[in-house]
Amino acid sequence: MSNLNIPRMAALAAEGREPEILFWVGCAGSYDNRAQKVTVAFCKILNAVGVDYAILGNEEQCTGDPARRAGNEFIFQMLALQNIETLNMYNVKKIVTACPHCFNTLKNEYPALGGAYEVIHHTQLLQQLIDEGRIKMKEGGEFKGKRITYHDSCYMGRINGVYEAPRKVLEALDGELVEMKRCRTNGLCCGAGGAQMWKEDEPGNKRVNVERAEEALETGAGIIAANCPFCLTMMSDGVKAKDKQDDVMVYDLAELIVNNMDNQ
Amino acid sequence: MIQQILFILVTVAAFALAWRSFSRVRRNVLLGQDEEISGESGRRWRNVLLVSFGQSKMFTRWIPAVFHLFIYVAFLLTQVELIEIFIDGFSGQHRFFADKLGGFYTFVISFIEVLSILAFVATIIFLARRNVLKTPRFWKPEMKGWPRLDGNLILIFEIILLIGIFSMNGADVLLQDIDPQHYPETGQLAVSTWLGPALFGGLSEGALQAVERFGWWVHLLMVFVFLNYLPYSKHLHIFLAFPNTYYARLKPRGEMDNMPEVMNEVKSMMGLTEDGGGDAMDMDAELPEFGSNDVFTLSWKNILDAYSCTECGRCTSVCPANITGKKLSPRKVLMDIRDRAEEVGRNIESGNEEFAKDKSKPVSKDNYDDGKSLFDYTTPEELHACTTCNACVEACPVLINPLEPILKMRRYEILTLSQGPQEWVPMFTSMENSGSAWAIPDDRDKWAQEVEKGN
Repeated sequence: MSNLNIPRMAALAAEGREPEILFWVGCAGSYDNRAQKVTVAFCKILNAVGVDYAILGNEEQCTGDPARRAGNEFIFQMLALQNIETLNMYNVKKIVTACPHCFNTLKNEYPALGGAYEVIHHTQLLQQLIDEGRIKMKEGGEFKGKRITYHDSCYMGRINGVYEAPRKVLEALDGELVEMKRCRTNGLCCGAGGAQMWKEDEPGNKRVNVERAEEALETGAGIIAANCPFCLTMMSDGVKAKDKQDDVMVYDLAELIVNNMDNQ
Repeated sequence: MIQQILFILVTVAAFALAWRSFSRVRRNVLLGQDEEISGESGRRWRNVLLVSFGQSKMFTRWIPAVFHLFIYVAFLLTQVELIEIFIDGFSGQHRFFADKLGGFYTFVISFIEVLSILAFVATIIFLARRNVLKTPRFWKPEMKGWPRLDGNLILIFEIILLIGIFSMNGADVLLQDIDPQHYPETGQLAVSTWLGPALFGGLSEGALQAVERFGWWVHLLMVFVFLNYLPYSKHLHIFLAFPNTYYARLKPRGEMDNMPEVMNEVKSMMGLTEDGGGDAMDMDAELPEFGSNDVFTLSWKNILDAYSCTECGRCTSVCPANITGKKLSPRKVLMDIRDRAEEVGRNIESGNEEFAKDKSKPVSKDNYDDGKSLFDYTTPEELHACTTCNACVEACPVLINPLEPILKMRRYEILTLSQGPQEWVPMFTSMENSGSAWAIPDDRDKWAQEVEKGN
């Protein structure tokens, strides 16, 4: 494929330009192999549609969400204050991110530290682009008529009340959306939040991600759609634990869209 | 006359006793730290009306919600009848409102009777759910012993109260025919007009009078028993649900409370303060404590939450950790806070100097040390299992926030005790050293460089 140009804030600033929106990549999106694919897919969409965006690149740091939720306020404050310095230096007004944890921290927690921005999640931007007709979907894309189930991430769903945007995006795929028994306000966590991603489950009789993967498999869907890099890992591992990785795929919404776009 | 004197004595005693135990609850709630909760009174009243009065959150599970509604509405409306019982009790009259309200009286009492029957059905079903069907959330480990007995006792009290109401009204209906002088016409009552003759038909006038008085006193005494039982019971939610929904958190769910003292410290370390780090911590001062390890370092609202909890376990039944067999149960976290607040309250009240931190001064909220803390109730293992998914917060029918105390205790563990899961240490180190949650030596935008190269 053709080379993709990913604009950096610093380079734009040197030319005296300020992009319309900052794409906050996050640690998972930057370093995790699986989540990197989502990052690239989302950038391809932004480039194809012609969104005026940039990333911070090496000037971005972890938002501090896992540290704060683990209880380590010092590290959270260190990272958050540095990030706010950077964001304010570039006069950032609007941020889009593919990570619900980054989304939540940037949107709900940075204001108390002096960083107020308009923050949206990539599924919200995707919905907007589809609604505006800027993303055009192929007729009869590869997911037409296929069963897709959507896993609500806690940090977009219950915590920030975003249930519809991701579902609207899925509708654009023309697939058959099947809900799990526990969905929307009642959605079950994948098990990664609150810094659980960095530790083993506490002693119990099952891993949380396996419980959730079982529920997703019960729907009979061939595709589990997620909107969070941590959910993506957890659900993939859960599906693997049930030995269903050959039959059921776990994708982020951006990946589902990018392969079925008609934009040139 | 004897009845009047007895009534006044019992009433005064019941209210005096209740005043004392409710004051204790208030004192225990105020063991927590001050937290200014005000503003947005429109949204707050809306929560009280919808969530407390309207029970909107109950209806996510509509079967228990409907039966709970029967008991709730019957309880509210029985208070109308109670007004009459009080007037009658003080004045020595019988059914003060009957002839004054006429047909409306018949309607009100009938309405109460129908609801009482529904409440009776609901009570039986609730007893069955707890003891026969054994709904899992009532059989979790934290429900052993007193909590289980408490849940059943309330339902049994409920039944005794209803027996009182129907004995009183049923006998009354028959007495109205025998002695209309003393027993004013109530009109056709929805239930007692047929239930009275069915149960008590054929009894002598004297026996009927005894049944009527028995019912009247049982009703009254059960109300007083309830009133005095509440402060020791999960049933306290019938009062505290209202303030608890009023003071419920309105900030975004995802926002953890900022810690300005930490923020300012970090700002001064980073040279971000305007006066160049002037407000840095005094290193010689006693090390400050961060987070919460006891009721004193929780907010009063966290303790009000604990006292408002009716142990329904909806939070626990949706907790991903609990569902998968971990020890964490959000309900237990709340029950632990209440138990601890009770213990501390009792010890302070005892005045026993062994509980004083500084033995030269009397034991008080600010001078307290019994060698224990909330960690003796809630273990780190429980706290570490939380995914912060907010399912418990979403589930609570009276807007309790179980997540807040969990996170405050995590803060204490990490910041004050420097403990916590070992696996978090590399994460913290990586964040501190490289600004990333994973220690990966690559550039943060390596993925972009690769894509730009066409890889």
